[in-house]
Amino acid sequence: MSRLGTYTRRGFLVGSVAVAGGVVFGVRTYNARLENPLTAGLAPGEAALTPYVKITADGITIITPRAEMGQGIHTTLASLVAEELDVELNQIGIEHGPPSSAYFNGGVVEEGYPFPTTDNGAVAEFARAQRDIPAVFLGYQITGGSTSTHDAYVKMRRAGAVARETLKAAAAARTGLPAMQLTTEAGAVVLPDKTRIPYTDLAAEAAATDLADVPELRPRGAWRILGKSQDRLDVVDKTTGRAIYASDIRLPGMRFGALRRSPHLGGSLRGFDASDALEMPGVDAVLDVGTGVVAVARDTWTAMRALDVVSYDWAPPTYPTNTAGHFEAIAAAFNPDQLDSRQRDEGNVEAALANATTIEGEYRAPYLAHATMEPMSAAALMQDGALQIWAGTQGPTVARREAALAAGIPEDSVTISTTLLGGAFGRRGEMDFVQIAARVAVQMQGTPVLLTYPREEDTSRGPYRPAAIGRFRATVADGVPVAVDISTASPSIMAGIDARGGAPAPIPGFLPDFTLAQALWDQPYGIENYRVSGYKSEPLLSVGFWRSVGASQNSFFHECMMDELALAADRDPVEMRLALMTDAPSRAVLEAVAEMAGWGSAPATGRARGVAFALAFGVPTAQIVEIEQTDSGIMVRDVWIAADVGVALDPRNLDAQLISGVNYGLSAAIGEEITLTDSAVDQSNFHDYPVLRMYQAPRIHTRILENQRHIRGIGEPGTPAVAPALANAVFALTGERLRELPLGKNVRFA
Amino acid sequence: MDLTINGSRHNVDLPDDMPLLWALRDGLNITSVKYGCGIAQCGACTVHIDGEAVRSCQVALADVWGEITTIEGLGTPDALHALQAAWIDHQVAQCGYCQSGQIMQAADLLARNPKPTDEDIDAAMSGNLCRCGTYPRIRAAVHSAARAMQEV
Ligand code: FES
Ligand code: FES
Repeated sequence: MSRLGTYTRRGFLVGSVAVAGGVVFGVRTYNARLENPLTAGLAPGEAALTPYVKITADGITIITPRAEMGQGIHTTLASLVAEELDVELNQIGIEHGPPSSAYFNGGVVEEGYPFPTTDNGAVAEFARAQRDIPAVFLGYQITGGSTSTHDAYVKMRRAGAVARETLKAAAAARTGLPAMQLTTEAGAVVLPDKTRIPYTDLAAEAAATDLADVPELRPRGAWRILGKSQDRLDVVDKTTGRAIYASDIRLPGMRFGALRRSPHLGGSLRGFDASDALEMPGVDAVLDVGTGVVAVARDTWTAMRALDVVSYDWAPPTYPTNTAGHFEAIAAAFNPDQLDSRQRDEGNVEAALANATTIEGEYRAPYLAHATMEPMSAAALMQDGALQIWAGTQGPTVARREAALAAGIPEDSVTISTTLLGGAFGRRGEMDFVQIAARVAVQMQGTPVLLTYPREEDTSRGPYRPAAIGRFRATVADGVPVAVDISTASPSIMAGIDARGGAPAPIPGFLPDFTLAQALWDQPYGIENYRVSGYKSEPLLSVGFWRSVGASQNSFFHECMMDELALAADRDPVEMRLALMTDAPSRAVLEAVAEMAGWGSAPATGRARGVAFALAFGVPTAQIVEIEQTDSGIMVRDVWIAADVGVALDPRNLDAQLISGVNYGLSAAIGEEITLTDSAVDQSNFHDYPVLRMYQAPRIHTRILENQRHIRGIGEPGTPAVAPALANAVFALTGERLRELPLGKNVRFA
Repeated sequence: MDLTINGSRHNVDLPDDMPLLWALRDGLNITSVKYGCGIAQCGACTVHIDGEAVRSCQVALADVWGEITTIEGLGTPDALHALQAAWIDHQVAQCGYCQSGQIMQAADLLARNPKPTDEDIDAAMSGNLCRCGTYPRIRAAVHSAARAMQEV
């Protein structure tokens, strides 16, 4: 086989994508970057057929290189490979695999494109076809932005198909039969006489066989696994206490660390006195980790108590001392110098509003904590110059780089093992727990340490969902909005991420922050004069990705405005939106949800409904919330939600993710808020950062549609529209327009 | 100090005032018992003492008054408890971090109230947080398990 041949085939996964997109240029260099990270760990007789399929005499392993944080992605990714490989899900093992740029996520890059996801025009489609090229160069192995499914949809089915054809080629060589006469089924190659050769039996020969070319993928009608609800591969472990999260890593001789950082977020440590702590029985060490102090002890409880008797000298913060000061700084950002983006500017808004009767409103959304159920944690061991870290991270390639930097060693001396994640919601894309674990390991050479953030540290030190303000001016005529000028302002997520070490590659400062006006500028409404602006405030608290990112505040601003405009136009809010919508799949989800909720009929006495729509992460989603006034306050009774994901790979898991997204958004809309007094965050644990509990959880009715052209992920789209739908329901119930989140500040919920 | 956990005896040499949670997790490596808050607000640390659900973050080691059961003692993959079978049937778990505590709490509920209503479930389970929002499926799974246990 020629060198060139080997080259092309090794790179087939991306090479073929690039060719399909019409790019032949640069294919060689592009391919050359893509090593198969599994090859290094193979023993003789074992085969790594593509970076996703590993076959040994003992079994078949599918690599599912995305973070499993509850969204069921390991099962969906394994299903994509298994469908084409012709194995059943109960015949395989799954592994997250090592950090590698081979596992890049092209979908993440697409989220930043300046085309609305409903734009199927030639330029937008061309850009989407190119998306894998920058992603692989930058080594984005990231789980976020609800991108995993559409990134993997073709790529991982191809991996399964190539592995299958390669196994057939190996069987053909062994038997002397033409490959065309062989079939595959349930993990075996089947000969014409029905003899079965298990794949595991072919491992050694397959390893020596050149990878087959990419065959045509099977049409949807032929799917056995995809499109049907599957039992999650992790569900038994998670139901019997066997699932292992980073906090559960236990190694011989392990010690336990707890962290304390400055109450002034991101602030530095001028000094500390740990003499009392070091006298406590069970305490091994009190370490300076740059941004704070880690006590290391026999157990986590002792480490936490040791932190309480250390005296700290923290440098004062640079941000305003209280919540009001932060909102003043955000309000001050609405000026031309701080304009970050104006991605929509249609008609002539100024002229249309100049002599019109206008409706105006200002909305506010607070800082929010992620409050994952598992507090941040990581285990680390530094020994003989090599650093091993076990962490539930959303970005293992970045984690490896950051661990190496923090430890002052080369990247190839660092091993990252990605565990299950006890919830993430964007928080575990941050690198702080990896960096700190590395600094601990360097100072505790030879001793494995499990670092745990006390819940108080996790809640009160950020990074948070940005606090934000939305403002609009609009006018209506003849039953429709004719001019809308809507703006959002907040601190920038992307501006802070470089400094914290969370970015895969440096983010040029001149680029607008695509998260800032997300789901504000690209909503599929046709309004004659329509302008959408994003303003970047000065840096305040450190802010990061929080489930649905910019959409989490911007949908609230936009969709409450739509309710106000429908009222002004004397139109039904569903009917007015339908009249304005320019995108058929978006219209279809709104029609579906109205039908599901019986929108046309009046709710029972004492109840009221609100509606909202959001296009976020490429998924049009509509929600209707029904609430009831009870003696103990407002109860949310029912939520109906319809979403269009293009292709529904696992219906029951999509239902679970929509329910999860709704409850997460509802929790924040009712009661979550991070505030500051005297430069420190007021909230510390679940007693003062109340999250949704069982008795507050409504019935949630879901429907998945498949009208849109692209396959989309579902981890985030359930979240944005629930807050505005709830606020609009409260208006319908009480006549009071609540323009500030959480709504529980101004109305009583049960 | 001697502890009986899932039927076997363990000797631990740890301070009297250490919360049971940390003795289990860090002293005995029983990591199915989770830390979520440390202040009785989340239920992730729920285990049974003499069949009653308790927050192990609130029980000092010296005060442990009986036999401890963790989720491993409730059922295993080969011999699932009816609640675990229902949990799998309804595919409840997402990230899964809260679920050991949820199931231990639900087992306590069904032991006292074999036919709970939605309101009973809400009342018994509202001390157990789930940030993945699996509450509707938890409710459904508790009802299924209750039915299954009646049939036996
Ligand atoms: S850790 Fe015990 S209730 Fe939260
Ligand atoms: S399943 Fe994730 S917290 Fe409950």
